[in-house]
Amino acid sequence: MEHQDTMKDVAWAKINADVLRSLEKPRRIFWIVLAVCALLVLSGVVAEIYQYREGMGVALMNRPHYWQLYISNFVFWIGMSHSGTLLSAILLLTKADWRKPIYRFAEAMTLFSILTAAIYPIIHLGRVWNLYWILPYPDARTIWPNFRSPLLWDAAAITAYATSSALFLYIGMIPDLAICRDNAKGWRKKLYTALSMGWMGRAREWMAFRKTYILMACFLVPLAVSVHSIVASDFAMSIMPDWHITSFPLYFVAGALYSGCAAIITLFVMLRHIFKFEAYMTTEILDKTAKLTFAIAMAWNYLNLSEYASIWYSNDMYEKEVLLAKFFGPYAVIVWTMLLCATVAPFAMVFKKVRHSMWSMFILSLVLQLGMWLERFQIVSPPLASNHEPWTWAVVWPGAVQLIITLASFGWFTMLFLIFCKIFPSVSMYEVKEMVFHRRKASSRARLEDLSAIKEEVARAEEGLQ
Amino acid sequence: MALKRMLENWSRLRQRDYYKDAPYLWGLTIDLNKCIGCGACVAACYAENNVPVVGKEHCGRGHSMHWMRIERYWDEPDGKADIGQQDASDFPERGAHYIPMMCQQCNHAPCEPVCPVAATYHSPDGLNTQVYNRCIGSRYCGNNCPYKVRYFNFFNFWKDLPHPLEMQLNPDLTVRDKGIMEKCTFCVQRIRDAKDQANDEGHPEHVEDGSMQTACQQSCPTDAIVFGNLRDPKSQVSRLWEQHHVVLNRHEQDKSDDIRGYRVLEELNVEPCVMYLDRVRDVEV
Repeated sequence: MEHQDTMKDVAWAKINADVLRSLEKPRRIFWIVLAVCALLVLSGVVAEIYQYREGMGVALMNRPHYWQLYISNFVFWIGMSHSGTLLSAILLLTKADWRKPIYRFAEAMTLFSILTAAIYPIIHLGRVWNLYWILPYPDARTIWPNFRSPLLWDAAAITAYATSSALFLYIGMIPDLAICRDNAKGWRKKLYTALSMGWMGRAREWMAFRKTYILMACFLVPLAVSVHSIVASDFAMSIMPDWHITSFPLYFVAGALYSGCAAIITLFVMLRHIFKFEAYMTTEILDKTAKLTFAIAMAWNYLNLSEYASIWYSNDMYEKEVLLAKFFGPYAVIVWTMLLCATVAPFAMVFKKVRHSMWSMFILSLVLQLGMWLERFQIVSPPLASNHEPWTWAVVWPGAVQLIITLASFGWFTMLFLIFCKIFPSVSMYEVKEMVFHRRKASSRARLEDLSAIKEEVARAEEGLQ
Repeated sequence: MALKRMLENWSRLRQRDYYKDAPYLWGLTIDLNKCIGCGACVAACYAENNVPVVGKEHCGRGHSMHWMRIERYWDEPDGKADIGQQDASDFPERGAHYIPMMCQQCNHAPCEPVCPVAATYHSPDGLNTQVYNRCIGSRYCGNNCPYKVRYFNFFNFWKDLPHPLEMQLNPDLTVRDKGIMEKCTFCVQRIRDAKDQANDEGHPEHVEDGSMQTACQQSCPTDAIVFGNLRDPKSQVSRLWEQHHVVLNRHEQDKSDDIRGYRVLEELNVEPCVMYLDRVRDVEV
């Protein structure tokens, strides 16, 4: 396989045609996957209705396991949503132009995983119908929510993050929507016309667009970091052993970027294969994403190990008990599998062969995500199982209702993503063109430099002859 | 207007010992020397507080609702406490420890700041109050409680009451619906009653010591449980606290050998209002 980027040879019209083709009539496999996802979502809805009518007990949570899969899934999906911001905003600000062909679907992933995550705190509540009490709305009885509670911060953070990442995705899509508008017919034409807001591609529009986009990126980066720090404070602010850990915010953000990057790789390989985006999603980009994932994985590992070390050396008896229970207790299988998947497996990315093969990266990314999902489970459950009060120690595994709803959330995410891919361009056309333009310029400059080098050589040879 | 009120409330709550001039601070003492682990307090609590009896199956799943429970810990033969031992065939000679455990009404309650809707708060009486109507069931308080004495209504347990039994529910307090958290209230309905009575008798800020008993205290055959007002220096519970050198809001408690008073998980600085008196045993047996 050729490692050099071949994108400089792609014609403008071909980019448009390739991307627009991905919006056209779906293949049969698309409908099958969509139907499976819809079925999963439906079963989740049924499970939720059952739980709503009977009570939370059907999920087989108990005392002391008041929180379980719902919360760990919530953390997982919120974590997933950090990848889009990373690829779009952070790499935009650091001017890494290889992000251009892949950031659009990463952003969509951000939005959809946050929409998935937002479901969990809702179905997790004992009295869902009073959900709005968390919001600080003007109440006739002047009752306010408790602003000291991390759950309230969660509600604020999620709404802020969902709104701004939706806006960021939309703003970044406007020039592409205009391209779609110019090529669409029927209801699509109407939709794109409305959404592209009369974009004509004038210089003034581009200037305003660039400015807004950069500003949004600057706003989104600290927001994303704060969102997962706040999710971490759900645990860190409590007094439970092994939850009350100062490094949790940082650890959570690193873990979020880690699982997010792994998810990007998964979708990268899938989209490339399904939509035949080989010309844009090149091996070189996969290689760079893998390197980034590896770096983040190492940061996460460092934080994870330092957490163990600080618990061990603190010699706090409660925390030590939980730590030992993690490694040798009833949840040991989870913890060791997590360490295998998230700590050992990323070292495969050291090898160039692995980084450059679509298949190996696809499987590896799934393994990493499994590891990170288990990591969220082992954050929530084992500390509850061995808490301060030994009389209440109990081991509980999630029941069928929780598992069905978990599966349904994966279906829900995939369903939203599939629908998105067919309605909106999942590869940014204008940014790819920009990238191709820069590559072309760079290569022609290189050719000129080559020429002058030859000239110099000839001159030197002539001097030698004389 | 609401915002102004909120800021006012906050600045007041930030003051240390904001409630220190309140006439009451309810406290409890449990003498483990006297406790025989009979469970009468548990039964009384169920009857008084409309606590749902969930049945064997739910109990096995950990859905039981006992606001008061008797924790049982066995000794290992070499004298070390072994908490994990469940095997009844292996009774150690010296028998079990019993600890009646209920909400400790912490003064620095970890459950209070984490509730997103402020359904649990501290009353001026020093009670950690749970407002059922306000609770949305996020269960954060239950996780953050180090004693794990908060009980969640996983189902609509009252629906399982067979017909004539609803007549025996206590009319002085509610029956709780599914999806909310509940816990020991120190029999707040009785406290209310006693306060009202004191009002009627013309001494509004002084409930006579012993004029009011909690259900567990009332039913304890060995008088192991003493309830009263810690702000009243003459009350029995105050005298016990003083006698056993347990002081609220002090980081380092007196731990001399002859002192039996302690509070469970004191080192977490949650300042519970329940003092236990350690069991004294002949170590040579």
